Amino acid sequence: MDILDQVSAGQQRDELPEFNVGDTVDLQVKVREGNNIRNQKFQGIVIQRRGSGGGETFTVRKVSQGIGVERVFPLHSPNLTSLKVIRRGQVKRAKLFYLRDLKGKAAKVKEKKK
Amino acid sequence: MLGLIGKKIGMSQIFDENGLVVPVSVIKVGPCPVVLKKTEKSHGYNAVQLAFETIRPTKANLPKLGHFRKANLPPYRHLQEFRVDDPNEFEIGSFLDIGIFEGVEKVDITGKSKGKGFQGVMKRHGFHGGRKSHGGRGPRSPGSIGMAAYPGKVIKGKKLPGRMGHTTEHVKNLRIVDVDTENNLLLIKGAVPGARNTILRITVQQSTQKGLK
Repeated sequence: MDILDQVSAGQQRDELPEFNVGDTVDLQVKVREGNNIRNQKFQGIVIQRRGSGGGETFTVRKVSQGIGVERVFPLHSPNLTSLKVIRRGQVKRAKLFYLRDLKGKAAKVKEKKK
Repeated sequence: MLGLIGKKIGMSQIFDENGLVVPVSVIKVGPCPVVLKKTEKSHGYNAVQLAFETIRPTKANLPKLGHFRKANLPPYRHLQEFRVDDPNEFEIGSFLDIGIFEGVEKVDITGKSKGKGFQGVMKRHGFHGGRKSHGGRGPRSPGSIGMAAYPGKVIKGKKLPGRMGHTTEHVKNLRIVDVDTENNLLLIKGAVPGARNTILRITVQQSTQKGLK
């Protein structure tokens, strides 16, 4: 399997900050519009991280105008121009899918105590 | 030059220039020494015989050792022939490596597919199966396999259950994503036949070859 690791190792980014499920993150994502490339902001709670190595992905959920929006990003995608952790969350689960059924105040994640 | 012998390592994924994920098959290719040249004069057609993967001399039998000794090479596990226009361009004992795929856009790949064992018609031939209720013939059955007293037999070639897989499969027009000359690795978009460690025959896309001529 080392050869496969070697192939994916060249693709991986190591400069990304550490973040976990429950954290609120601010992403800048490259968007291609015709010939233009611009950055789009996406801010929300990380509700899942899955996979390993070069294929790892994470899901960010936000509520936009009352409608839940979730986007899945490959962790090592070159289209992620920046990833900032805004708030660390205190959670007891690896996947926060229960947030999908909650609204308003109930759909909050407690901040992690330092 | 037309092709080389390689070994499937497995699958992975990489990001392309637009940042999109491309699924890739990783193949270890060559380097393959030329063991034998076949010419119109000596054999009736033009080809070169290439070898892949060395083995210990104690593992090879005498005919094999002798065949490689003629080319001044240690014994190899796999031998395959590749048709070429002029075998005299090649030197016996010289190595062909992955460099021949540089600048090539597409390749054709041949290999043994995974064996699936004895399978029914739904998996093997894509039949739809029967109805579960109302007197159906059962959910995975082939249904009727023929007519009545005339012709009184099952027509030859009728698709029925049987052994599936472990057959030689040719896949055409596979796109080369990357050629890693340092590690002799070829990255191909999508899947290739067989499990890990399957021996594959990789040739330059047929239609490209015709264009070159």
